[in-house]
Amino acid sequence: MSNWLLIIYCGLITFLTRFSMIALLKKEMFNDRIREILSFVPSAIFPAIIFPAVFLDNSGDFQLENNPKIMAAIIAMLIGIISQNIIATIISGLASYWFLIFVV
Amino acid sequence: MNNKFRVFLKGVFDVSPLMIPVVPFGLIFGVLSIDIGFSPIETMGMSLIIFGGASQIILLQLFSGGASSLVIISSVGAVNSRHLLYGAVVSEHLSDLKLIWKIVISYFLIDQAFARSNEYFKKNNDKNKYFHLFGGGITCWVIWQTTTFLGIVLGAFIPEKLGLSFAVPLTFLALLVNDFRKLINVIVIIISGLVATFGFNYVPYKAYVIVAGVTALLTAAILTNLNKKNE
Repeated sequence: MSNWLLIIYCGLITFLTRFSMIALLKKEMFNDRIREILSFVPSAIFPAIIFPAVFLDNSGDFQLENNPKIMAAIIAMLIGIISQNIIATIISGLASYWFLIFVV
Repeated sequence: MNNKFRVFLKGVFDVSPLMIPVVPFGLIFGVLSIDIGFSPIETMGMSLIIFGGASQIILLQLFSGGASSLVIISSVGAVNSRHLLYGAVVSEHLSDLKLIWKIVISYFLIDQAFARSNEYFKKNNDKNKYFHLFGGGITCWVIWQTTTFLGIVLGAFIPEKLGLSFAVPLTFLALLVNDFRKLINVIVIIISGLVATFGFNYVPYKAYVIVAGVTALLTAAILTNLNKKNE
């Protein structure tokens, strides 16, 4: 599939999930139970991007020793828990990562 | 001042504070997309056609890992399934709109604008209230396109040694800050992360995001169920 076709399909599926919520979904279609489970979607999907990017190297092998990403991710998470702030979390993670690779 | 314009400006004003985190997100997207090998036009095209931060970054991540198109598209769908959650809430306020407006609003509907406009809809009931969502959506659109463009330009000057790809897990981590304090969410996060990490090399077609997501959602369903029984 060409890059452009891929981009268009991804755009289409993004648009359709948004459109369906405005145009098709009615309040009765979701009971509280389904709503409750859907509220876990970010917690269920995002870690599947986060964990491999932190713990695996570019070829997909475990990289547990000499891996500054693990410490930087832990620091970012702690700052995130304390500050509840998106920018503080990203900046503290990047800053500690750079500190660990350039200074230490 | 015309009422529609006033409501539109209110939407712009209300959503603006939430735009601060969008700036680094857009820059990172632009830089990484060029880094991975997409052309500047394709990168701009993604921001214009998809217009969704999480979707676009998942696309980059899976594309650079060699995932097939079908897996990339279904993973983008999985990420977007959270939008369905809003449906029950927002549709009742917009049910009288013409189809063309529903299409326009759907394109501009992103998490931040939804959050702000939903608060506004609850308090106001004039017939032009959808201009609030339109204003918030356009504000985010302008910022997203501008920062993508700046990221594309800056990307040429940022040395690879900086390891900016690490910004991808960090941005997703940052989007979960509100969930780290809730026990069930923490368990769901750990399950998803472990399944994805151990399944990375074994799940065919790089569909590890979907497998991990489904496993973690099932865990959430079981845990919330147990929680209710204990109450």
